[in-house]
Order: sequence, then structure tokens, then C-alpha cells
Amino acid sequence: MKKAWQLFWSFFRIGAFTFGGGYAMLTMIQNEICERKKWATEDEIIDCFTISQCTPGVIAVNTATNIGFKQDGYKGAVAATLGVITPSLIIIILIASLLDNFSDNIYVTRALNGIRVIVLIFILDAVIKFWKSGIKNTAGFIVFAVSLVLSLFAKVSSVYIVIFALIFSIVLYMFNKCKEKRTMNTKEDNDGKNS
Amino acid sequence: MERILEFVIIFFEFFKAGLFAVGGGLATIPFLYEMADKYDWFTKEELLDMIAVSESTPGPIGVNMATFAGFRMGGIAGALCATLGLVAPAFIVIIIVVKFIEKNKDNPVLKKVMDGLKPAVTALVLVTALNIFNEVFFIKGAKNFLKNPSIDLFNYKSLILFIVIFGIRYAFSKNKKLKKLHSSVWVLVGAVLGIVLKM
Repeated sequence: MKKAWQLFWSFFRIGAFTFGGGYAMLTMIQNEICERKKWATEDEIIDCFTISQCTPGVIAVNTATNIGFKQDGYKGAVAATLGVITPSLIIIILIASLLDNFSDNIYVTRALNGIRVIVLIFILDAVIKFWKSGIKNTAGFIVFAVSLVLSLFAKVSSVYIVIFALIFSIVLYMFNKCKEKRTMNTKEDNDGKNS
Repeated sequence: MERILEFVIIFFEFFKAGLFAVGGGLATIPFLYEMADKYDWFTKEELLDMIAVSESTPGPIGVNMATFAGFRMGGIAGALCATLGLVAPAFIVIIIVVKFIEKNKDNPVLKKVMDGLKPAVTALVLVTALNIFNEVFFIKGAKNFLKNPSIDLFNYKSLILFIVIFGIRYAFSKNKKLKKLHSSVWVLVGAVLGIVLKM
């Protein structure tokens, strides 16, 4: 039980003091988990992040579950995961109740109108970031274009679009694998003839 | 009884978002936008406020947004349901990965297949950005504006603010100090200008 509490508190601190999520958390996690607690090496944390990036869900939560599970089984996984989300729960509930009380105030309304423009810029930033890291070849562009048309004009739900991309990605991977095998086979055949 | 059902629904809606939003916090926005259409838990304007709050408070953005949305819908119990719903798929998937897959580490198949999802996520976030564009600049939507093009239906102050801030960020995009500036600073700039410009 002691270990579970330690995991809870460490990840509570990580949740409470990291802004921005994702990679912004890496430094904090390294400091707390590798240097102070010595629960994992830096390489293990990087591995953790790589796995988090290609599995669904919030990166910080994935990392917490991963380290918690390795340290103390299911109990540890639950403790670490609850630890990393508790600060958000407390802070956001406080802010949400404050906003509810002041939402009729004219200055608050004007400030929120200004903030909404900034949020639009944040989202455009995210689009640019996703574009740079995600679309690297023709196949990627085709998936992008088809998803765009399906979502914008046919109003297909995001869930189906992600499933469609997943199936396409698996098929493409298997196709490439087969092609690789075939070229390797023909190469071997040619080598056999030559010798 | 209906109330309990609503909590179950909010759990599963966020479970869905947690399962399908691959690529971190902002990838959840398309799913939240669809929720604003489908349920009356929060409006689209409130979603934008939510994003601003999430960006300027500590903690993972996806979790912050789930808490905010859940709290709006059903108080503290709602916040708990939404957040646990969002986190549950990640929790299950990671335990499976750690128990079964990580043994034969370097798993390039998983990474390659998941990389194939990124273009779709890019498109989804772009569509959400376009919808939000519509919300922010046109009162009652662009369609009404095209039918009846009057200045009353167009938020020209928002457009000016957008061009100025976007321009500054673009012009100084190589400036390291500006790049390191925390999101909450920009949120504060937006709030002050919103009040000064009487938006």
C-alpha cells in the first residue's frame, strides 16, 4: 500500500506542475521518476513515451499507467493514473464554478470573446503541427484528403473516419510487406540463376 | 433513473473520445465538437472557453477538457464520469501493451500502423478549426451572412485581432523567447484586448 501512495503522490505532483501536456511533461517526469525516485531509467521513460504516442489516449496518463503497473501491478497502475488526473479535476472544477458565477458580467463576456480568437489560433497551430508530423507521402495525403471530404461534406462521424484510416493503414502495411517479400524473392531467384 | 443513464452516456462518450483520439490533447477537440452538436452538455462557445482554460492550467489537456465538460453537464459526479471515461481506454490499452507486447520490444508494426492515423487526425482537427472559424467570425454562422451580408453579422473586431496576433506569431516564429512564451500569456492578451476593444 505504501508503494501505491508514493506512486499517487509522485504523479499528483507531475499532474499539478506541468503545463501544456505531452512533451512538456517529459522533463518533469524524468526529474521525478528517474532522478528522485529511481523507478525507471531515462531510456525506459523514452520507451514509455514512444508507446504512449502510438496508443490511444492522453500521453501523461499512458505514461503514469505504464510506470505504475511496472512498479506495483494493477494497484500501482490505478494509483499512478488517479494521481496524474486528480490535480486537473480539482483545478478545473474550481475554475468552472468561478466562470459560471461571472458569466453574466459584461467584461467577462468581452474577455471571453477575445480569448476565443486566441483559441482559434491554438487550434490552427495544432493543425500545422499534425500536418508536419503526419503527412509525409502520397498515401498520407490521400488519407488526409478523403478524411477531409468525408468529414466536411458528408458529415461522417470522427469515429468512423479514424476506423477507416486504421483499416487503410493496416492494408497498406500488409501490401508493402508483400511487395518487399516479392522483390526479395525475385532477387534471390536472380542470384540463383547467376551462380 | 434518467439522471443515472445520462452519467452512463457521458462516460461512454468520453470513453469513445479517449479510444479514438490518437495523438494527444488537441486530437480530442473534433470529438468534443461533435458532442456539442449531439448533446446539450455544453455549447460550442463554451467549448472554446474550455480549450482556453485547459491550455492555461496545469495538467494534460485532454483530462482538463473532460473534467470541464463533465462538470458542466453534471457537477462533480459528471466531472468524475467524464474524466474516468476518457482515461479508461488508455489504461486498458497500456496494461495490455505492457503485459503482452512490450516483451518483444521494438514493435515497428504498431508504430507504422498508428502513424497511418495521423493524416486522418490532421483532417479532423482542420475541419474543427474551420467550424470554429465560422463560430468566431460570423454571428449566427456564415450561411446567414452570405444570405444577408451586413456588418452586424460579421465580427470584424475578431478578424482584426486574429490577423494581428497570427501575424505577430508568424513574423516572430523564429524568435525563441516568443516561442517559449506560455499559452496562458496569449490567453491573457486575448482577454485584455477583448475588454479594450469592447468585443
